[in-house]
Amino acid sequence: MPKIKLAEKAVDLIREICTKFNNDEGELINVLHQVQSKLGYLPAEVQEVIARELNISVAKVYGVVTFYSFFTMLPKGQHPISVCMGTACYVRGAEQVLSEIKRQLSIEVGETTPDGRFSLSCLRCVGACGLAPVVMVGEKVYGRVSPQQVHKIIAEYKEGCAAEAKTA
Amino acid sequence: MADYTMHVLVCGGTGCKASQSELIKLNFQNRLSELGLSDEVQVVMTGCFGFCEKGPIVKILPDNTFYVHVTPEDVTELVEEHIVKGRKVERLLYVDPETQASVHDAKGMEFYKKQVRIALRNCGFINPENIDEYIARDGYAALGSCLLEKTPEETIRIIKDSGLRGRGGGGFPTGLKWEITRKSVSDQKYVVCNADEGDPGAFMDRSILEGDPHSVIEAMAICGYCIGADKGLVYIRAEYPLAVERLKIAIKQAREYGLLGEDIMGSGFNFDIEIRYGAGAFVCGEETALIHSMEGLRGEPTVKPPFPAESGYKGKPTNVNNVETFANIPPIINKGAGWFAAIGTEKSKGTKVFALAGKINNVGLIEVPMGTTLREVIYDIGGGIKDGREFKAVQTGGPSGGCLTKDFLDTPIDYDNLLAAGSMMGSGGMIVMDETDCMVSIAKFYLEFTLDESCGKCAPCRIGNKRLHEILERITEGNGTKEDLDRLRMLSTVIKDASLCGLGQTSPNPVLSTLDHFYDEYLAHVDSKTCPSGQCKALLKYTILEDKCTGCTLCFRNCPVGAISGEKRSPHYIDQSLCIKCGVCYEKCKFDAIIIG
Ligand SMILES: Cc1cc2nc3c(=O)[nH]c(=O)nc-3n(C[C@H](O)[C@H](O)[C@H](O)COP(=O)(O)O)c2cc1C
Ligand code: SF4
Ligand code: FES
Repeated sequence: MPKIKLAEKAVDLIREICTKFNNDEGELINVLHQVQSKLGYLPAEVQEVIARELNISVAKVYGVVTFYSFFTMLPKGQHPISVCMGTACYVRGAEQVLSEIKRQLSIEVGETTPDGRFSLSCLRCVGACGLAPVVMVGEKVYGRVSPQQVHKIIAEYKEGCAAEAKTA
Repeated sequence: MADYTMHVLVCGGTGCKASQSELIKLNFQNRLSELGLSDEVQVVMTGCFGFCEKGPIVKILPDNTFYVHVTPEDVTELVEEHIVKGRKVERLLYVDPETQASVHDAKGMEFYKKQVRIALRNCGFINPENIDEYIARDGYAALGSCLLEKTPEETIRIIKDSGLRGRGGGGFPTGLKWEITRKSVSDQKYVVCNADEGDPGAFMDRSILEGDPHSVIEAMAICGYCIGADKGLVYIRAEYPLAVERLKIAIKQAREYGLLGEDIMGSGFNFDIEIRYGAGAFVCGEETALIHSMEGLRGEPTVKPPFPAESGYKGKPTNVNNVETFANIPPIINKGAGWFAAIGTEKSKGTKVFALAGKINNVGLIEVPMGTTLREVIYDIGGGIKDGREFKAVQTGGPSGGCLTKDFLDTPIDYDNLLAAGSMMGSGGMIVMDETDCMVSIAKFYLEFTLDESCGKCAPCRIGNKRLHEILERITEGNGTKEDLDRLRMLSTVIKDASLCGLGQTSPNPVLSTLDHFYDEYLAHVDSKTCPSGQCKALLKYTILEDKCTGCTLCFRNCPVGAISGEKRSPHYIDQSLCIKCGVCYEKCKFDAIIIG
């Protein structure tokens, strides 16, 4: 991963969050949640600052970040696409939908398109099994998605109509 | 609530919200206020009604009318016809699939007839963001009666007598767990609510938290009183934004009403609740892993004993219960142990909530008495198999459970029967499969999940499951042998015996149960290299029927790898060594001349 230099502001923000949790190492997961929700992702440089602030090793922070699938070290695309791979969606054809998305965007799960527009991930049951198979773009939920509809969904976000979509 | 003459209940569960139920509610409110009816008709956003298949759902009280598949555009008509003129909107009523008659009163719906709602008693009835509505339905009465009239011992006695067992999967007697934690001596104890809900394809716990968060808060306070804890923690998945939001609102309201905090109801008892966020790790549903995660560590399980009841969060005695377990507590206190113990089977009392999904007509959230048969659940409540297909199997217990065949359709559902049948109750996921589902692929699907989620601490689970998965991969790709089937079984047994935590100990269950019940299907994959349900792509074979092929060349022109050849106007054929089984020719052929076999 290319080294990035964190902006002064980002460092301050991380410090502020750590202070809010009394720089308590037991609050590491809460700190990570908040930092990720502000910065979008948790690259190594961010983890270093957190480790320093909470007075623990970077290895420990890294260990926690990589353990939990919710935390990501890569920036998400402008429109993160998540395909539900819960059992209900799986038996109703989520796999075919996923491969169609992969094909159309030419990326694998966990990757982001080169233009930074879309990223692709899988998640497990969004609680809308009645609508299976389910795909989410940002926070918008698409239900009963067929491989044939994938093109249309992606097109919604390709042009100017991105404004409609609320990104997380 | 007393002044309103009518109530419009709009489902605010995750599924219906995804289908614009928020806008439906807004349209109702706007339209009613335009007509000056806002003081007479109340619009409420409730928790999940359970009938997710037909969402978004709108229910109108007092006449109990159940409207399905409502869109925001339908609201004007509903207001003008139903609310103003008192005429039901026929086209939006639920239609009974058997009789084809529309149902005018929700009580007449097969879907609800066999259900008994205890844990879900308030879901779909009250506004979860308003504590007054919870209180109006006996809310916090149980807490009051425990704090003011019962000793902790008496309360524990009631829970023990009720026969309530943990709904998180293990089925451990709840009253006994409370008693053990009570007896642990310490200056500080904790009550933990396990809202991690890891089973992929299940949404019971989140629906309870979304639809009735106060019932969990109340029960946690009762538990705190019983075991001697003044602090509660809810460990909830960060991926459940709606549940988190409603829980936060509920905690805040409970504090404002003095139902959480210091000296609750003047009893001298203090109790407060904090929320802890999970971050997407299935193994964190296991209680020791959950506790480590709450401490800010990697969520790796540790060996039991010591059990959390002796040494849990921060090394202090901790009582961990599941969301649904908690939701059962207030009604048990209010109505008595005998009432609860009268429901269910000999060793499994009360009800169980299931998230019914898969190839079934009525996907949704249901609650039935223990002892209900699978047939009743799948056919009477679930409305049978989708698209008139044949029932093949039902999977219970998620990645730790197994598949049951039609031979078990008449088995009464309870902890012990499901275990004996080679599956388990689990937390309540119930996935129905039809003849187009390949059981080897299903086993592989679950294993992929465990593989992803294994914490990696111990070798049998980390490496063993990987090997299991490789074998299954081989089989679905047509490279399996008969010896592989024996290897699957042997390896599964070792993983079960040697893994440290419940995840590893149960991870081979989907493999073992499908091997037991669908051995022929495995055999077909390894012997004749065919997939009977046609799901394993690598085992498909596309062939052209000579007598049907007109030689139109459409398939020839569309095949991406040039595997098809033939003269114009004479039959074509497919070179199997080149075919990549993409299925394009099959889709394109206008004469049904291409078959999959
Ligand atoms: C791998 C694994 C995953 C688990 N996931 C959950 C879960 O998602 N929710 C839950 O309540 N219990 C889960 N459990 C069970 C908990 O360890 C624990 O037994 C339960 O929360 C106790 O509450 P109960 O007695 O009320 O069921 C899981 C156990 C294992 C081994
Ligand atoms: S059985 Fe699996 S999940 Fe459990 S401790 Fe071992 S490696 Fe981790
Ligand atoms: S399995 Fe996809 S929403 Fe539940």
